[in-house]
Amino acid sequence: MAISSNGHAASEASGTVAIRTEGLAKAFGATAALAGVDLAVEAGELVALLGPSGSGKTTLLRVVAGLEQPTGGRIFFGGEDATFVPVQARRVGFVFQSYALFKHMTVAENIAYGLRVRPRRARPPRDAIRRRVGELLDLVQLAGLERRFPSQLSGGQRQRVALARALAVEPKVLLLDEPFGALDAQVRRDLRRWLRELHDRTGHTTLFVTHDQDEALELADRVAIMHRGRIEQVGTPDEIYDHPATAFVAGFVGDAVRLPAAAEAAGLRVGAHMIPSPVVAANGTRRDDGPAVLFVRPHDLVPVADHVHGIAVEIAAVRRAGSGHRAEVMLGHGLPPVDVVLPAGRTARRGDRIRVAFANLRVFPA
Amino acid sequence: MIPRMASVPVQAASGPMTGGPTLTSVPPIRLRRRSALPGFGPTLGFTVLYLSLVVLVPLAVLVLRASGLGLAGVWAVAMSPRVLAALQVSFGLSLAAATVNALLGPVVAWGLTRYHFPGRRLLDAIVDLPFALPTAVAGIALAAVWAPNGWIGGLLAPWGVQVAYTPLGIFVALVFIGLPFVVRTVQPVLADLDREIEEASATLGASRRQTVWRVVAPTVLPAVLTGFALAFGRAVGEYGSVIFIAGNMPFRSEIAPLLIVVRLEEFDYAGATAIATVMLGISFLMLLAVNLLQAWSRRRLGHV
Repeated sequence: MAISSNGHAASEASGTVAIRTEGLAKAFGATAALAGVDLAVEAGELVALLGPSGSGKTTLLRVVAGLEQPTGGRIFFGGEDATFVPVQARRVGFVFQSYALFKHMTVAENIAYGLRVRPRRARPPRDAIRRRVGELLDLVQLAGLERRFPSQLSGGQRQRVALARALAVEPKVLLLDEPFGALDAQVRRDLRRWLRELHDRTGHTTLFVTHDQDEALELADRVAIMHRGRIEQVGTPDEIYDHPATAFVAGFVGDAVRLPAAAEAAGLRVGAHMIPSPVVAANGTRRDDGPAVLFVRPHDLVPVADHVHGIAVEIAAVRRAGSGHRAEVMLGHGLPPVDVVLPAGRTARRGDRIRVAFANLRVFPA
Repeated sequence: MIPRMASVPVQAASGPMTGGPTLTSVPPIRLRRRSALPGFGPTLGFTVLYLSLVVLVPLAVLVLRASGLGLAGVWAVAMSPRVLAALQVSFGLSLAAATVNALLGPVVAWGLTRYHFPGRRLLDAIVDLPFALPTAVAGIALAAVWAPNGWIGGLLAPWGVQVAYTPLGIFVALVFIGLPFVVRTVQPVLADLDREIEEASATLGASRRQTVWRVVAPTVLPAVLTGFALAFGRAVGEYGSVIFIAGNMPFRSEIAPLLIVVRLEEFDYAGATAIATVMLGISFLMLLAVNLLQAWSRRRLGHV
């Protein structure tokens, strides 16, 4: 565990912390975009900030970059308090969603910009700058395009120029705002893989914002789920997906269907069915009695042989899904249908009755 | 020769007609291109007819009249000391005033677009005043303020600086009437400027000044040049506001348009048209130069 969140200091000794925020808050007028964010990113990590729009993830990124001043809390870069360090001095590489390339400069000029604006003392000599630009062009696989203007590039190429420009200043941390947001699906997938490889090679501490959970889960070492200006959960993609810590995370990640339920002494009541206490306990989600919500993803409900203790349900619809089929079943009157993935080779028809059991139970108090 | 002038520069020479922002936004007409969208024929027909009636015919008559003198005759008129002096005053001061506006106008535009403060809308409206005011009104007001016994002139008088009734006065009047042209062309460009571009510059370590000079300035440069061209064109043709404050001393503070009026009053029509033709030629060349510069800077920006 490299990130410790919300005070759960998991294992602080492992590795050095590159970015740490403490109770970070940012208010725009009366609305709080950030309401106390504690986050620690280890050196060399690739961390995703995932959340719905308006959850504060971009604001958090901008505050870390120094583009916004926090209204409360602190930011540390490698142990040093950077809360009041101006953006110019933070040495962050920021890649904007719109790329924000300088239109009147060539690709090479764009990449060299961060080095050319340095004060004379710190500015590398011309040759060194040219060499560095060449290296970066190779790194982002754009060699040969240095004389082009941004308007002569494709979206994916612009994105890589923006990345090269950010990397040119040897940033302490790399911050990416929806790095693939403006690209079409195919380019997106390619760039995603490429970015992961690039990160593995260069090892820059990277924090990126996305609203695409597939992207976050596939790409990141760890994912921080944001909701209403707070971090709901931080963890590896597996932890986030398999063990959501809050009802919000359980509902947000995966194609979860939200079902109202009631926890009783005998077990969990869902619609017309009762899931017995031992089953609930086996899933480790025992809750206090009272109203609850159950989140069901397609693979959570599995068909079981008739003699096993399962819930009898009627199939409302069958759909082809990839290599197999998915059946839609109703767990109760007025409840939204839930998907059941049928085993390969098995089909069913509408109206068939099958027995299903919960492989996973994600129950949270309502 | 005449149809070539059609696109742009002629406006500048004829004072009251200047001012449309169309000056540079009219793309070159390509006859060969066929459009899938109908309406090209009638529109082009109307454009040619309208431009002919409003712009080309009067100018052609002007050139025709002047040609009565012959090329040598026009040259002789242009080279006469008094005309030469007046042309120098007109073009020199117009250039100076347009340059000052091109430098300071963007600052005004910046203040009006980038910040929100009480009274911003009022200030914004005031920018248009020199544009909307009858030029004679502006001239009288300027003369009153800058005269040795006026508000500002009175402050300068003890220092031995006289503005009204000197070339300096003409310069002040030309700056006054040229300002809105630069501000109004630069303003929308500044408003559309992507903030993230400036933020990107800042994250890369650039100081605010570096960001403004290296990133913002090149982006607004084409608009500044447009504003410069408009302000210059207006200044060359300006008559009303200048004659009140100029003092109109031959060889010193006499502008070329005034000299044309003087010649007309002397019934020297050929002389008047000769001066007018020379002004037309010079304006044409200067605006051509500005337009070329503009085309170049727009190409550099990569988007037309």
